[in-house]
Formats: sequence, structure tokens, C-alpha cells
Amino acid sequence: MSSLERTEASTSSGFNIDFKALGPFLALVGLFVLGTVINDAFLSGGNLSNIFTRAAFIGIIAVGATFVITAGGIDLSVGSMAAFISGAMIVVMNTLVETLGAGVETVLIGILVSVLLGIAAGAVNGLVSTKGKIEAFIVTLGTMGIYRSLVTYMADGGTLSLDFGVRGVYRPVYYGDVLGIPVPVLVFFAVAVVGYVLLNMTPFGRKCFAIGSNEQVARYSAIHVDRVKTLTYVIQGLCVSVATIIYVPRLGSASSSTGVLWELEAIAAVIIGGTMLKGGYGRIWGTVVGAIMLTTIGNILNLTDAISNYLNGAVQGLIIIVAVFLQRGDWRRKKSK
Amino acid sequence: MTDAAVHAVNPDPDARVRLSGRQICKSFGPAQVLFDVSIDLRAGEVHALLGENGAGKSTLVKILSGYHQPTSGDLTLDQAPVTFEDSEVAENHGVILIHQELNLAEQLTVEENIFLGREIKRGWFLDKAAMRLESKKLLDQLQCDVDPRARIKDLAVSDRQMVEIAKALSKNADILILDEPTAVLTGREVDILFDQIKRLREQGVAILYISHKLDEIKAIADRVTVLRDGHLITTEPVAEVEKDDMARLMVGRDIKQMFPDREPVEAHDVAMSVRDVSVEGQVRDASFDLRRGEVLGFAGIVGAGRTALMEAIIGLRDRTSGDIARNGKIVPINSLQDAKKCGIAYLTKDRKGSGLLLNMDMRPNLTLLALEKFGTFIIDRKAEEAALAKAIEAFDIRAADPKTKVGDFSGGNQQKLLLAKVMETDPEVVIIDEPTRGIDIGTKSQIYHFIGDLTKRGKSVILLSSEMPEMLGLSDRIAVMAAGRITGILEGNDRNEHEIMRHATGISGKQGVSVHE
Repeated sequence: MSSLERTEASTSSGFNIDFKALGPFLALVGLFVLGTVINDAFLSGGNLSNIFTRAAFIGIIAVGATFVITAGGIDLSVGSMAAFISGAMIVVMNTLVETLGAGVETVLIGILVSVLLGIAAGAVNGLVSTKGKIEAFIVTLGTMGIYRSLVTYMADGGTLSLDFGVRGVYRPVYYGDVLGIPVPVLVFFAVAVVGYVLLNMTPFGRKCFAIGSNEQVARYSAIHVDRVKTLTYVIQGLCVSVATIIYVPRLGSASSSTGVLWELEAIAAVIIGGTMLKGGYGRIWGTVVGAIMLTTIGNILNLTDAISNYLNGAVQGLIIIVAVFLQRGDWRRKKSK
Repeated sequence: MTDAAVHAVNPDPDARVRLSGRQICKSFGPAQVLFDVSIDLRAGEVHALLGENGAGKSTLVKILSGYHQPTSGDLTLDQAPVTFEDSEVAENHGVILIHQELNLAEQLTVEENIFLGREIKRGWFLDKAAMRLESKKLLDQLQCDVDPRARIKDLAVSDRQMVEIAKALSKNADILILDEPTAVLTGREVDILFDQIKRLREQGVAILYISHKLDEIKAIADRVTVLRDGHLITTEPVAEVEKDDMARLMVGRDIKQMFPDREPVEAHDVAMSVRDVSVEGQVRDASFDLRRGEVLGFAGIVGAGRTALMEAIIGLRDRTSGDIARNGKIVPINSLQDAKKCGIAYLTKDRKGSGLLLNMDMRPNLTLLALEKFGTFIIDRKAEEAALAKAIEAFDIRAADPKTKVGDFSGGNQQKLLLAKVMETDPEVVIIDEPTRGIDIGTKSQIYHFIGDLTKRGKSVILLSSEMPEMLGLSDRIAVMAAGRITGILEGNDRNEHEIMRHATGISGKQGVSVHE
């Protein structure tokens, strides 16, 4: 049977590939048209910049997730990791206010701490799953709980708030703009470009594809499989750190409910974008579009009364399932034997 | 089974015809793969279907077993027209295809697999006792002593094949189609399978046996049908055709020279020497020298430690002792990366499982092992394309479209690509494990000549093979292993099947390591 399916798939591949690559973009265009029809305010500069800024958090994390998933792994801990890093940043910066004052140095050290923690947390996920030979799903399920409870512990069950003075200094990182483009959007774009180059044009990216499609082949091709896999988790950690650096000035606080379900949104963005969940194929631009789509759905629901905003999750869930169904590409074919 | 037995005793061969295909044509899109092929399967007969890769064998058997529909032509069962809408209908008529890649659920037990989808129930619950009893009966009938409660993943490949056959029998199959059943079996396992096939034949089962191994067809089949490029070439009693004729009919031309000419090599020019290498429980104190430009064969029965030794040499397996030297200098090899740096390359026998990325096209596959050659930070795509064009030319890889996924390639093209991939690292020493498994005779000969060319360019080759003609035809010297030791290295006139078997079974040269010195 397998060979039968294969021949059919290959005969229709010419059309499939185009559809797969363009599908997410077409869907996004469709959503934008829908948004415009529903409410004129949808296309206003303020609203669009709002959509892209919000998409940046999930989008940046999802770029990291694209690496992990392409190499055949999964990281469920990113939401908790973001909460934990936010909390740690706030604690560190608040402590530094006493010695360094509420200046740029304090913020820079906070950012440095965030980056180091992101790398460390990613390395823990990667090393435990590769060296310990434990499935990534289990390892990151475990660290998800660990990171989450660490932030709860730091906040003593409540909310950690950033020092008011630091907040003023830090504010432009979220609310600022360059030539009218919000800083988070610029960072998102930069992360996506770097991610694209790394995944599609470098030996490292090629190795991610190889490991995700067949780890044994990768091993026999003299690839340091454990090293490459661990690096994908480190990249994921770094992306979480970057997202956190932008997130903290937005609300200026962190609590046990920070970043809840972000891991699922990130994975959803990756899958909507056309990356294969079982690994071996990844697409950064698809991920970017996926993240923007998820945010746009929420935005459109805000602008209309037709569907309750409380059903946001349901609509997102539906879109994810439909997206994957369409990408599978055999919905056009009749079942034939 | 009794019906089949009745058919089998009928002296008139035409009356014994169970399933036949008449003027079968099949096209996939614009490509026609079968042209007016007719074939009939008789009760109590093993009918061999012979052809190169791509000759249309698999398509034909899939039509006979309901997986494909013919574009034109018809099937008859017991002289009455029949249509198999799908494989289930065919199975209900007793026609069962056993696929080349076995279709068993690895995590389930033998009995669960045999009754998969047709579980015996008592009320709402599974009747496990009945299924176990029935499974045991079926396996006994095949004289196979596998425990029905064993999990498939724990079974040897030959036992899995028996389970497949038992499963087929449990569906009352009396027309059995075996698609290259020996591709994954060792010599002893093949013997067991053949005994089972003979037993089924005596019970009146009609068997269609697909293979491109001429020896096997001689040994097991009563009649043979040869296909070439989708056309029926001939159907004849096996006793009336010689192996050479079969090969010629299959390939469509004479294969003048199966193996490349060998030239003597300098005995003192050693490319790699291996000293006292041991692997826990697998290899003991293996020592040998590989001369520059030679093909050194490694023979031995399965479990003799050949693969373990080679994996130890290339750093895929820990060695408990021993050294490897290249050009007289001891080199530390603890990983495949180390081996690659030392100019040693390994061609896996499992080209689908550990050789090639089946879901990708040729380019990333070709360059994967030598990726650093194509750029340290950014991969140079142009250089990759150039390397691919060169490899396609040098190794005669035939792909209509370079964007085709490697998984859709024929076995021969996959093997050529794998060879090209390994040669991208420009190794001095190439270890080749089963270079022609599941490959047709024409491509085989090509691969043998590629190996010959490598040695002419000063590369040294270690050849592991379970096919004796290949071993004898290619190797300059043959090292024989038994029970983890090298029991002898045969040269000159000693390079023959008899000597190999003598050493492989441990009758001769038990002291092992020092024989060649």
C-alpha cells in the first residue's frame, strides 16, 4: 500500500508543492479580506500595528520551535520558560535598582540575565533529552512544570512587579518605534530572517532536516546528532528569551499565569505554517504567517459581534485543524485503490 | 486447503489453473508499465516471476491481488471471470499478497497480528485462548516454533515472514503471492522458507514467487515467467532454462563481464591495518591488513561478527581493545566523524533505514556526509548542483526528474546514489556492506565495475557480502570470520567456496588471528 500512496502523491506533487508553500499566505490574505469586510477599522494603521506587535511574541518563540520540530523534537516548556525568565529578569532588575539605580545599565543586565537563562533552560531541555535518552515530550513536560513553579515560587504565589523607575527606562523596547514600525515587529522580522538563513542556507539547518527525517541516516552521515538536537533547544531558549525581553516592558509584571498556553500557540503557528510535526521539513516564513494568522483571528473576533470573543480559542483550534487538513493535500483526491 | 489439494492432484495442467490474468495492460497516467501480459497460477505449483527492477513485477502482482485495477485485460479464478475491487475482495477469494516490506504491527504479539482485524470474539470480549490455540495450530502446520505470545519486534526477520504466511493461511489463502521474500533473509533463513514453500506446494497451494535471484528460482520454482520493460518475454518450465538464459532473457542482452578484471596489488603497500580489535561479546582479537588498491572480502555466517568488527573500525561501536592504523600510523577512531577524517567511509547495507533520506531529493542526500565541503557557514548550492551533475554522470543514476524523492527510486538507483554520497568524502578506504541487496543483475554488474574502478584509482575496499558469487568474483583476498574471530585469510587458489565454508564453520584455522601472518 505504501508504494501505491507514494506513486499517487508524486504524480500530483507539482500542484501540491505550490499549494503547500502558498497556502498559509493565501489564508492570511483571506483573513485580512474578511477583517476589512467586517470592520473598516481593521485596516487602520493602529490596528495593523497592534496585530503585528502581538504576533511578535508568539512568532519569535515559534521561529525557535520551527528548529526544534524540524529536527524531530518538541518543546512544551516555552510558555513556562517565558514566565520564569520574565520573573527572574524582574527580580534581578528590582534588586539592581538599589545599587545601580533605575538606569540603562540595570535594564542591560536584566537582558543579559534573560539571554543566559534562555540558553541555559534550552540546554537543559536538549541535554536531558539527548544524553539522558528521554523523549523530548516527557522532558519538556517535566521542565514545563518546573519552570512554572519556579516563577510561582519567586512571586510567592502572587505577582512580581517591575520597579517603576526601571519601567520608564525599559518602556521604549515595547512601545517605541523606528520609522513608524514598532520595535517588537522589527525584532520579530530580524529573528525570522536570521532563522530563515540558519535553517535553509547553512549546514546546521540541513542537519536539522536530516535528523528530523531520519535520525539513523543522520548518524550514519557523520552528523553529531545529539549536538545538533541540543542546539535546536538552545535556539528555542534564545528565542523565548528574546520574546521575554520584549514582553516584560509591556506589562511590567510576571506571575504564575504569564505565558500560559504559549507553547500550544507556538506549535500551532509552526504547524499552520507548513512545518511537519513529525520532523524533516520546516518553513520559517510559514511559521511567521502562522503566528500572524493566530493573532489576526483574535483581532477579528474583537472587531465583530457575530461570534463571542470568548470563542477565540475554538476558532483558533478549528483553523489549526483545517489548515493541517488542507496541507495534507489529499482532500482533492478521491479514495482510489 | 482441501479444495486446493483436489485441484493439485488433477493431472491436466490446464485444469489446475486457479488464477490467471489475460492480456493485462496497466498505465499510471501517461506511463504504460504493463503491455498485454498473461500469466496463470496452478494449484500445487511454484511459479516464479522474474525481471529487473522496474520490469513491472510488482505492478502485475498488485493487479493479481486486488491492490491495482488493470487498465485493460481480465482476471479469471477457476476459469470464471472475476474482479478484485480491492485487496479485501481478493483475500476473500483466497488470494493473498505478502509484501516485500512486511506489514506486521511490531508492538503486537504474533497471535494479535495473525488475527488483526478479524479477532475471534466471545460476546463483547476477545477470545484470547481461542486465538492462541488457532495461532499455535497454524504455526505448527508451518513447523515454526515461534511462541504466539512473542512480540513481533523480538522476532528474527525469517520468523516474521512465517507469521505473515501463517496469517495468510488463517485467511484460508490457497493462492499465495510472495514479493521478493528472501531480500531480507540470510542463507539459513532462506532454506527454512523454501521448506515451507515446498510444504505449501504439496498441500496444493498455488504460489507466485517474485525474485530476481536466479539461484533461488532454480531451487524452488516449477515454471518461470520473465518480464522485461512491462512485456511478457516468456513462460517456461524452470527445468528447461539455464540460469544464463534466464539472465539474458531478463536483461535483454548478454552480460559479457559480470565482474571487473582484477590486477595484482603490492602486498607491502598497506592502506589500513587493524590489530587485535575486540568488541564485547562479538569480536575477539581481529587483526588484518588492507592493501592499497585491493578488494578484501569478509565472509562468514550471520553472527560471525563481521558487521560488529566493521562498526568498531569506523567508530560506530565501542571496542574493548585494539588499534587501527592508516598508512602505518595509529589513528584514534572513536566516532564516525573520526573515521571520516581518517579517510575511511562506510556504505551501509540498510540503504533505506540508515543510508538515504527517502523524503528528500538527490541533492541533500548526496552532500550530507561531506557537507563541510560545500561551505562552512552558507551552503553553496551551485557547488552542490555541480556535484550532483557529476555524480549522476559518474554513477549513471537514472532519475527522470532530479526533484524526485529518493524514496521513489528503484533499489539500484538508490544504491548508486548511496555510493556517490560516500564517495563525496573522497575516502581512501571504503567499507561496503552488501552492495547489491535487492538489485537487478544489470545494475549489479555496473556496481561491481564501479567498485573495480575505485581500486584502480588506488582506493582500498572491504566487501561484506552474503552472496558467494559476488564475494568470489570481486575479492582479491577473502577473510573469513567465525564466532567473532578471523579464522583465515584466503588468497589465490584457496579463494573458493569450499575453503570459505571450511573456515566459516570453524573446521579449519581455529587458532584464528595468526593464520595470515
